[in-house]
Amino acid sequence: MKATITLNAIALAVALGLSSCGKQTGTAQADRAANALASYVAPGEKDEYYLFYSGGHSGQVYVAGIPSLRHISTIPVFAPYPGTGYGFDEESKKMLGDFTWGDVHHPALSQTNSKYDGRWLFVNDNANNRIARIDLRDFKTHQILGPIPNSIGNHGSSFITENSEYILCATRFSVPLPKGRVADPNDYEKEFNGMVSGIKVDPQTGEMKVGWQILTPPFDWDLGSTGKGPSSGWAFWTSYNTEMAHDTLEVNSTQKDRDLCAIVNWRAAEKAVAEGKASMMDGVPIIDPAKVPGVLYFVPIGKSPHGMDVDPSGKWVVAGGKLQPATTVLNFEKVQAAINNKTFEGEFRGVPILKYEAVVEGEVPVGLGPLHTQYDGKGNAYTSMFIDSCIVKWKLPPWTDAEKKDLTKAVLDRVPAHFSTGHLVVAGSDTAHPYGKWCVAMNKLSAGRHINVGPSQPESSQLIDVSGDKMKMIAEAYTEPEPHFAQILKVTDVQPNEIYPKGENKDPNAVWEKAQSGVTRNGNQVTARLMAIRSRYNPDRIDAQVGDELTVAVTNVEQTRDMIHGFGLIEHNINMVMDPGETKTFHIKLNKPGVFPFYCTNFCSALHQEMQGYLVVWKPGEGPSNLSTGGGATGGGK
Amino acid sequence: MARQFSGLLRREFRFLHKPLNVWSRLFLLAAAVTIAVSIFFPLWKMHLVAPQYSDGLDLYIFPYKIQGGGFHGQHLAEINNLNHYIGMKPLQAADFMEMRWMPFVFGLIILLTLRSVVFGEMSNVVDLFALYSYFGLFSIGSFWYRLYQYGHNLDPHAPVHIQPFTPRLIGMKQIANFREFSYPQAGAYLLCVSVLLIVLAGWFSRKERA
Repeated sequence: MKATITLNAIALAVALGLSSCGKQTGTAQADRAANALASYVAPGEKDEYYLFYSGGHSGQVYVAGIPSLRHISTIPVFAPYPGTGYGFDEESKKMLGDFTWGDVHHPALSQTNSKYDGRWLFVNDNANNRIARIDLRDFKTHQILGPIPNSIGNHGSSFITENSEYILCATRFSVPLPKGRVADPNDYEKEFNGMVSGIKVDPQTGEMKVGWQILTPPFDWDLGSTGKGPSSGWAFWTSYNTEMAHDTLEVNSTQKDRDLCAIVNWRAAEKAVAEGKASMMDGVPIIDPAKVPGVLYFVPIGKSPHGMDVDPSGKWVVAGGKLQPATTVLNFEKVQAAINNKTFEGEFRGVPILKYEAVVEGEVPVGLGPLHTQYDGKGNAYTSMFIDSCIVKWKLPPWTDAEKKDLTKAVLDRVPAHFSTGHLVVAGSDTAHPYGKWCVAMNKLSAGRHINVGPSQPESSQLIDVSGDKMKMIAEAYTEPEPHFAQILKVTDVQPNEIYPKGENKDPNAVWEKAQSGVTRNGNQVTARLMAIRSRYNPDRIDAQVGDELTVAVTNVEQTRDMIHGFGLIEHNINMVMDPGETKTFHIKLNKPGVFPFYCTNFCSALHQEMQGYLVVWKPGEGPSNLSTGGGATGGGK
Repeated sequence: MARQFSGLLRREFRFLHKPLNVWSRLFLLAAAVTIAVSIFFPLWKMHLVAPQYSDGLDLYIFPYKIQGGGFHGQHLAEINNLNHYIGMKPLQAADFMEMRWMPFVFGLIILLTLRSVVFGEMSNVVDLFALYSYFGLFSIGSFWYRLYQYGHNLDPHAPVHIQPFTPRLIGMKQIANFREFSYPQAGAYLLCVSVLLIVLAGWFSRKERA
């Protein structure tokens, strides 16, 4: 036995000796090589995960691959995106409405039984109070709901329930309700209100509609999450303005050591509405929590907290302290007991405030500026530290007695991030069974780590390997403004279509054969149905006259992946892009005479440059006697 | 001399009138079934690979149709779409006269095979073998001629001019940016098996007495 120990000691000494003898640069070099390999995806190979990250005020969602961190595509949501023609054709224009931007914050993948089911991705618009649904069948936006009535500053969303029953939202701002009512901000406490909204999701189609709302005090709800397991049916939000300040919030909303966070029983809310316990405001059933007990509870949490994240087991709810150097861990079983035993420390406007000591498991001293917490499903939590600029790994309860006595012992590791991490995401953290393995830190400042691109600097995202005991910084990429949160989905958990199958195209103006295509006139309504196929439009001439209302529907009849055709109409601000099997339509009133070329914008073939045609807008009374046909032209060749 | 010759004729006559034993008849029956089954399998496959089509485009030739590979047979449309650049006529079953008579001939050969099973005479097997071989060779020749025509009747107004060509019947050939691989498929192999079965049918009764 003794001999073994001695041998081990010698072996250890030799190992240490060797490592200290080895050149430092050699080791560093080896680490770099290992890290490079960990994120290297060779040409022709594919990433293992999708990273869907919000684009903030760019209004879009970006798709990157993990582990490469390469940006792969952009999903336009709340802002026009000429690259895919989004916001130019009638359908996407209608979805965008009068807005040309949005502020995408928190994407949420649809779930079944607290697992990603690969159907939809929901994102919120903080600016214009909307929620959008992206279908993962084609990675495109299919619905934009909103502006949601009685909801202002849709920041505290989109948090999806465990079977995608609801997207839950809470307001960052408060205003006099219903919208349009005016009151003096000096009367903020009395006249202003916030709101929690339950957006109902159709389980078959994903179609969203506003289900119900819960009226709240004007606390400025920040961020939240939904329950699962023991906390199934519940949802949680932090707030940062329990002071109910309405000016100079930087100072006036940061006076209290603890702010009231919301604990919402959304199943109880749903039931209350079904039982007629709501009153209507702007077409939405509104629950007054003072009159419907059991729907809303408050719990004080320090200080001006930001994220409030439920762990994969559903038992622990962690709030990021932001202005206190600790995360607060709620034990949901204790929350439940406190509710049942009415262990309250008071109430606010008829809503019980749970006794802090009765529900809190502990405050973990993670460092300065803790914002969001994610989980690997192995009992570890990862918190982004905005001020300390790092990611901290720490141990979730149950803690040992020694750890309980000194919770610094629960802090396991920290890795610097560059710089000021806002959100972070661990793969699958918000499901019951996280993938773990990878963490992406979304940093708010890149502060010159990249080649100099002038004063408008990108954000940085960093890939961290969290599979081992110690976190490992692996790779870094720069992202467009501005990721707020992300979701990571295993590539094998979703099966997108690469084309739109012909049989599924229900557009009444779709044309698939030469004989169906052409230009028809009805009064001053001119409809052109065009086929796009390598490398021509059929027809490639549209005759109309000034004053006509022109509708052009272009069907890309290709059924081959990546055979995308565009339709750019010169000097008319028309730019459509049709994927294989897709029909898109635009509508314009023709105001100026002239001959306007249109052409394929999306490089399709060796004869892409030749893929063009003319819109001939005759002056009234000029032109061919019969303007009702496309001139019979069908393009060059045969 | 004349004697020898008439002896040969007699042997030939006796050979042709040899009865078929049970084994031979079973082989013939198996041949008929094999031919019938083969109709449901492609005879030939052409596989086209280019940098942009790394997975390749597939074309399956059945006795009665041309079938593209990929989702909903999309590869056929894709190949036709690409071929229009070099002015090749679109490949479509309607243009293949063979595809109309081939199933009929298959039926005929099956009937003749069954007839041999019932009549049970060596001459039936010889008839069958001769007819079948002729049909097989003619079909391959006709298929080759089709390929030749498609590759040579190119529209002179096509955007891209290439040297007229004949796609390879068996093996690989480079055509512009594509490598064309052409090989027989299960249907053709089954037909080969059926020929072998017919030959075996004759072989197993070669020593029967007339």
